[in-house]
Amino acid sequence: MFRPSHFLAVLLFALFASTVFGITQRETPQRMFRYGIYCFALFVGSAIVFSWVMFLIAR
Amino acid sequence: MATGSNKNAAAAQTAQPSTVYLPLIAGWLIPGAGHFLLGKWKRGALLAVSIVCMFALGLAMHGKLYSGAQDILDLLGMAGDLGNGLLFVVGRVLGLGADPVQLTTADYGTKFIVVAGLLNIIAAVDAHNLKTGRKS
Repeated sequence: MFRPSHFLAVLLFALFASTVFGITQRETPQRMFRYGIYCFALFVGSAIVFSWVMFLIAR
Repeated sequence: MATGSNKNAAAAQTAQPSTVYLPLIAGWLIPGAGHFLLGKWKRGALLAVSIVCMFALGLAMHGKLYSGAQDILDLLGMAGDLGNGLLFVVGRVLGLGADPVQLTTADYGTKFIVVAGLLNIIAAVDAHNLKTGRKS
């Protein structure tokens, strides 16, 4: 059984989802790559930000 | 007034009306197959790897494959799972994803499987858009 940490699961999810978003939402390879990186950063960045927000709310 | 892309779309549809939905259906049944049919090998390979890996990791985490719809959330999960096409059918036939979710990682896995299906639908629609000329 594969048991990743929550953060590793976030990274894997962001990687695969960003790849599909990049390919399907843009037309040229360069723009696909840039949009994929942008989506990846947003996925991971928002997960970190919301994690800290929930941590501070829970205190 | 028709734009250039609309003209391309109309031309593609009138040229082969019987096969216009083939990439959409193939892409739904087998991840990336819609792009392969259109000769977009790299895009198709990347899509296939991403979607199949996400589905397989979901099963490896002991995620659940929805088998029925008892309430609205199950219905939405089932709709997402069905987006995986033949991967879902093979998983059900092999009895994978049938265990109840008891661990946190199994819950992640269930979400991975649902999202893989939704991403596959996006990829299949993209193949359809390439076929009709809405996208190049």
